[in-house]
Amino acid sequence: MKVLVPVKRVVDANVKVRVKPDGTGIDLTNVKMAVNPFCEIAIEEAVRLVEAGIAEEVIAVSVGGTACQEQLRTCLALGADRAILVETDGDLQPLAIAKILQAVYEQETPGIVIFGKQSIDGDNGQTGQMFAALTGLAQGTFASELTVADGRAQVVREVDGGLQTVSLSLPIVVTTDLRLNEPRYASLPNIMKARKKPLDVTTPDALGVDVAPRFEVLNVEPPPGRSAGVVVESVDELVEKLKNEAKVIE
Amino acid sequence: MGTLVVAEHDNQALRPVTLNVLAAALEIGGEIDLLVAGENCGAVAEAAASVPGIARVLCADHPAYAHHLAENMALLVAELGSDYDHILAAHTTTGKNFLPRTAALLDVAMISDIVGVDSPDTFKRPIYAGNGIATVRSDDAKKVLSVRGTGFDPAPGEGGSAAVTAVASVHDAGLSEFVGEELAKSERPELTAARVVISGGRGMQNGDNFKLLEGVADKLGAAVGASRAAVDAGFVPNDMQVGQTGKIVAPELYIAVGISGAIQHLAGMKDSKVIVAINKDADAPIFQVADYGLVADLFNAVPELDAAL
Ligand SMILES: Cc1cc2nc3c(=O)[nH]c(=O)nc-3n(C[C@H](O)[C@H](O)[C@H](O)COP(=O)(O)OP(=O)(O)OC[C@H]3O[C@@H](n4cnc5c(N)ncnc54)[C@H](O)[C@@H]3O)c2cc1C
Ligand SMILES: Nc1ncnc2c1ncn2[C@@H]1O[C@H](COP(=O)(O)O)[C@@H](O)[C@H]1O
Repeated sequence: MKVLVPVKRVVDANVKVRVKPDGTGIDLTNVKMAVNPFCEIAIEEAVRLVEAGIAEEVIAVSVGGTACQEQLRTCLALGADRAILVETDGDLQPLAIAKILQAVYEQETPGIVIFGKQSIDGDNGQTGQMFAALTGLAQGTFASELTVADGRAQVVREVDGGLQTVSLSLPIVVTTDLRLNEPRYASLPNIMKARKKPLDVTTPDALGVDVAPRFEVLNVEPPPGRSAGVVVESVDELVEKLKNEAKVIE
Repeated sequence: MGTLVVAEHDNQALRPVTLNVLAAALEIGGEIDLLVAGENCGAVAEAAASVPGIARVLCADHPAYAHHLAENMALLVAELGSDYDHILAAHTTTGKNFLPRTAALLDVAMISDIVGVDSPDTFKRPIYAGNGIATVRSDDAKKVLSVRGTGFDPAPGEGGSAAVTAVASVHDAGLSEFVGEELAKSERPELTAARVVISGGRGMQNGDNFKLLEGVADKLGAAVGASRAAVDAGFVPNDMQVGQTGKIVAPELYIAVGISGAIQHLAGMKDSKVIVAINKDADAPIFQVADYGLVADLFNAVPELDAAL
């Protein structure tokens, strides 16, 4: 069984980004980029499925500019066997990405497709579920545990009220939550080996997918500012201020 | 025409966030129908009928919808939704599960986590952990939107009299089965709806020490939350995580105890009205957003706070 893992190149989680003064978007010049953290967890889970003898091959796929090759190489160093870049300029929207991945799915016919639950730049949380709709597969979203046996998968999902367990018939879509696993670090020998692993490049056109945008971002503005308040000297002063100044407690 | 709001409920009662979603629908304008899909959810539909501003309550009562499995819900909502211009649900783990699937079935985009309605086709939503607010105009004929509860004040819940209509169509995709759930039981208010939230971070050191926060929470009628570090360390369960990838809260008062204030944590609480930070490190970033900061060891400060209340 193959495992397909869609990975997104995003700004590093530790960078504090700023809105461009002209309101056209986020300023990403000279900003450190990385594999979306949830996608890193997805790669780790896929590699563990191979290590456990449940899957044979892990394919990382990314949709984006040439620079995404960097993140695909990282995935190869983390244990993916090969990679596919679907090259486009410009940011595609989740529905278009889901359609591209559907085309890749039809070519590769994996048994499990593991997405991140959310990309930390767009914060959409859509692509995995949209892909599951298009391919007609069962979905186990926000997974904190995945067990595969006898043509079925059991997924423990992190839901608002606690945990929910579902049983799904393969092939399936999983989206990862933070506690599914702790991704390993790429070792130097594996980074070297990754350079020789196959990385194929294709395009949405070649896959025959319509990627026309469905919405337009008119502008991006900074969030309402919050300035630092006062430092209080004691608990008594804090309670006094909360009662009489902020009036949020009685 | 009009808007379909998918109600959030547990087959017994409507979840309060439904009224926040309804508020967004009211801002969009036009006629609003509310879908209650579940199993033995008739009482929820009856109760929903008294929410003002709703034309009809559609009640889809069938075991296939009992646990809101996305595969079945998406088929149902896509079928009913073909008659509407707007389809709205809460940006909760339930809404986030079935709504993108619904949108793809309808071949339209989804706009996630909206916090504002500029016009019937233009919406505001946070991106990059809330470090930017994007204004997005949808060009699709049908708009599928998930709504951030804290972005809209709840609409009134009583005084209306909508008609309840049963929905006959049953969609069971046969792809997934509910196995079980472990839901947190708590006497406290729900995190996302509480007036006061007190959260603990890695500085709490262990799960037992969260009892210190519970003492204060009892006095303030507060919900107790946590940072991801506290959840990862196993101090408390995942449903208490506040942040970009956990729950978004915006209470009147948020008290952060032993939390450094990472971007991802701030994304979940910086819209709170008043923020208090208790941290022993005067340079912790949390102080940059706190209205009242107390530089102190939490193991002294929290018991003192408990005693002072
Ligand atoms: C993809 C991704 C998603 C994430 N999503 C979230 C999210 O949704 N929510 C979230 O919270 N985090 C999230 N994080 C993690 C986030 O980056 C931080 O690691 C986390 O918030 C840190 O938690 P903390 O403040 O409790 O711990 P730390 O950063 O370790 O801070 C502990 C604080 O406690 C203070 N302290 C220690 N002892 C005491 C004492 N005795 N008295 C007083 N103060 C004390 C210290 O001075 C310190 O400031 C995410 C990270 C990633 C990469
Ligand atoms: N451009 C992309 N290329 C490959 N995978 C993507 C891309 N965008 C999103 N994904 C996948 O979809 C998940 C959720 O993204 P999103 O719906 O944007 O929050 C990510 O964690 C990835 O697994």
